[in-house]
Amino acid sequence: MIHAFIKKGSFQDSVSLMIVSRKLSELPDVEDVSVMMGTPANKTLLKTTGFWHDMFDEATPNDICVSAKAEQADKSVIETVAAALEEALEDIAKGQKTGSQLTTVHSWRTAMKKNPNANMLLISIAGEYAAELADQGLDSNCNVMLFSDNVSVADEVALKKKAQSKGLIVMGPDCGTASIAGAPLAFANITPEGSIGIIGASGTGIQEITSQVALHHQGITHAIGLGGRDLTEGVGGISALTAIEMLAADEKTRVIAFVSKPPAPAVREKVIQAMKRHNKPIVALFLGTKPEQPKEGNIYFTRTLDETARIAAALADIEDAKITAPKVAGKKIIGLYAGGTLASECAMLLSEEINVPTDKEHAQGIMLNAEGHKVIDMGDDFYTQGKPHPMIDPSVRNKFITDLSKQPDIGVLAVDVVIGYGATNDPATSLADAVKVLREKRTDANPIAVLATITGTEEDPQGRSKQMQILVDAGIIVMNSLPELVQLAGQLIKPHPEEVKATPAKLLEGISVINAGLRSFADDLQANSVPVIQYQWSPIAGGNQKLANILKKLI
Amino acid sequence: MYKTIEEANEAIVERIIASRPHWIDVCLAKEVVAPLKEGKKLLHAGPPNTWDKMSGPVRGACIGAALFEGWAKDEKEATKMLESGQVEFIPCHNVKAVGPMGGITSANMPMVVVKDQTHGNYAYCNMNEGIGKVMRFGAYGPEVQERLHWMHDSLAPTLKAALATLEKGIDLTAVMGQAITMGDEFHQRNIAASSLLLRQLAPILVGLDINKAELQKVTQFLSVTDQFFLNLAMAHCKAAMDAGAEIKQGTIVTVMTRNGDQFGIKISGMGDEWFTAPVNTPQGLFFSGFSQADANPDVGDSAITETYGVGGTAMVAAPGVTRFVGASGGMEAARRISDEMSEIYLAHHMMLQIPTWDFQGSCIGLDARRVVETGITPTINTGIAHKDAGVGQIGAGTVKAPLACFEKAIVALADKLGIKE
Repeated sequence: MIHAFIKKGSFQDSVSLMIVSRKLSELPDVEDVSVMMGTPANKTLLKTTGFWHDMFDEATPNDICVSAKAEQADKSVIETVAAALEEALEDIAKGQKTGSQLTTVHSWRTAMKKNPNANMLLISIAGEYAAELADQGLDSNCNVMLFSDNVSVADEVALKKKAQSKGLIVMGPDCGTASIAGAPLAFANITPEGSIGIIGASGTGIQEITSQVALHHQGITHAIGLGGRDLTEGVGGISALTAIEMLAADEKTRVIAFVSKPPAPAVREKVIQAMKRHNKPIVALFLGTKPEQPKEGNIYFTRTLDETARIAAALADIEDAKITAPKVAGKKIIGLYAGGTLASECAMLLSEEINVPTDKEHAQGIMLNAEGHKVIDMGDDFYTQGKPHPMIDPSVRNKFITDLSKQPDIGVLAVDVVIGYGATNDPATSLADAVKVLREKRTDANPIAVLATITGTEEDPQGRSKQMQILVDAGIIVMNSLPELVQLAGQLIKPHPEEVKATPAKLLEGISVINAGLRSFADDLQANSVPVIQYQWSPIAGGNQKLANILKKLI
Repeated sequence: MYKTIEEANEAIVERIIASRPHWIDVCLAKEVVAPLKEGKKLLHAGPPNTWDKMSGPVRGACIGAALFEGWAKDEKEATKMLESGQVEFIPCHNVKAVGPMGGITSANMPMVVVKDQTHGNYAYCNMNEGIGKVMRFGAYGPEVQERLHWMHDSLAPTLKAALATLEKGIDLTAVMGQAITMGDEFHQRNIAASSLLLRQLAPILVGLDINKAELQKVTQFLSVTDQFFLNLAMAHCKAAMDAGAEIKQGTIVTVMTRNGDQFGIKISGMGDEWFTAPVNTPQGLFFSGFSQADANPDVGDSAITETYGVGGTAMVAAPGVTRFVGASGGMEAARRISDEMSEIYLAHHMMLQIPTWDFQGSCIGLDARRVVETGITPTINTGIAHKDAGVGQIGAGTVKAPLACFEKAIVALADKLGIKE
């Protein structure tokens, strides 16, 4: 049978009460205990889950409804549960007492007074109240992250349109993950700072891409959540479009990763068009669809989260390298390779990248020779007659390198550094010296970008990172792989047009948060030195609609 | 007439802050409260009350007053008379007065006279009897009677004579401004203000032409009565709130008080109309031998201090009492209470700066709208009386004002203004 009681006038957030429910269900003599605020939605839930008791008719949204299923009819069950509830609530209060001094307020008015610079309202209160609070936030020029679910589509559209008209964004409803300017909002991972901005309709999708990006030694700028419904026909991707604009205008974001379920076709078209309006590379994953083509303009289509992260990381590597590379005057590329297969792959990739044919004959080790671009395998017999292989003796290649001083049209030099047993004991220094001589002969007006990959491991006698450091110190750009190197080479001779300067969104410069709902979110923000105020929200006038309406007019 | 509630409330707050209540005199109640001039009448704390609804300590105080006035020769006779309805009861608040705990004041009891020098209005309160078995907590035995008579015969005339030497009396706001920096919140703790008061009075008292033994008794009494200033603080707050209440618009709470049965409030826009709800029982610490089970429901006009914005609202000012009044967690908890209270008050009083609150002024202007909106009800610091007549004080703690009376007041105001939900 059901034993029930009401604790009047004591508002607690639903997650706290779920924890309490679980705790109380462990009591002896009870089968199951449900502890909920007396909101209309919760009352329905109590009915459907078989926890209903008629006394709950009297409960207001500010009252805690406690219902215990137990075999015994004895009323002592209630006493036990009531005592345990008090203890649990006290524990919650104690938890709030200890620790840092989080500023806690009980009204929006006070929240704005204590933090007039707040630009983000993070809402995790019950869905039926969330929209009204979000609207209040927008009125005070706060962006909104709606962690809450159970917000109607009509409310979502109204809120997002309002945000749009004010240059703000509404993330969510049901948006669990975001990270703005290094500040974790709700679920988020601690990731290195970097140049990848993520937009996601899926929370764990954002988290997986974020952590995969970190595995690829890249970092993120911001992660903007949209909520699962943003790209549906009904909502029309309002926040997705805002997020794209925000990240496109953000200087630190150089690559954008986008993840969502397949959008409604009309919305997909809008989103793709928005992506194309910008020059930044965008990796787009519409989960569950197989991309028809891997690339369309600046958009790279992917099929899995890890692929999205990998490509985004590679693009970020390239963008990062571009910053350090000189602006070359000579628009031709030459590849001088010690490794034959590497030369061959480089030729193949480069022919695709800059749309020229490869060389079929390979005479004198020339793998590509078109429109002034060249890739040469220096291990070809032609170069090793009477001379050791360039992996053992780099002098022939070095001669080729220093001679590039006479070829002003060459702007990019691609090379490999192969280490390991058998190879010369310091190929990097030898290469660095040659590049130094070449640079001395060339003027500043005609710089050369030298791009290298290293074939070999950390454990090799020469040591991968040691060799890399020597190259980096010599101003040589080291890429992780040939595809990255080739893409970079292609972009150096034909860079993206400069991004049109858009007004950067204030939000991305740094956030100051008002957290309404789960206190742990505020604690996390505070632990990350993000300005935050805890808004201990409870329904206006205890959920009494009549009083709430009167208060609106009593001004 | 003000166009909006906001404007009216602002004007009220301005008047409260501008008020400068001075202690100017000590008079017998019948000299300043006209209805007490004839017949058997008693002032009591809280909203209107009747004998049958009076809690134990209030009844005890009534018996004490009946004995003091000589209306009865013993407890039995006094009770019979009170039960028979021969005594008329008047809320202190209806006659510009306030009284702590039972608030029982009879015609020949001395009252402090406070005048708001800014607006010219007066407020009255009986005098503090000290601690232990005292009438305000419902004790009425011989020692209570003896003290009441001494106060009438000796303390009151002495203080009256001392005040007569001052042109404008004693500026109570100035005393409070100093005392709040010394750890008083003027409800639970008045030791600093009481000391400052004695410091001002001492040179005057010693210059009076009175018997040295009497003088010694008066100064001795003042020097050990830590809560002597409470009754003056109450009169001060009453005078300031009455000055504000002159503007008969808006939603500022002008009275909060309890009679041991009902908690009653008035709000500016509803004039003298009472809005009541059953009182809560204070929670707190008890003298040894007593427990929560012995506690009487909340009683007394002293919540006028919280109505004004000190007392529980200024908890952060009095670290010395935070634990005593049940604010476990000490300073941090006290700060949290004051921070929370500041959400239901409209402004801060810069004459009453609180050092432990980064010199923020104490709260002023309790807005009933904000109480209803947030569900935050005023926290009141209070003494706890034994629920039986004749026992007296058994502890001290805090109590919450019930939300319902604020809701009723707001609904009534909306109705008066023709606002439909």
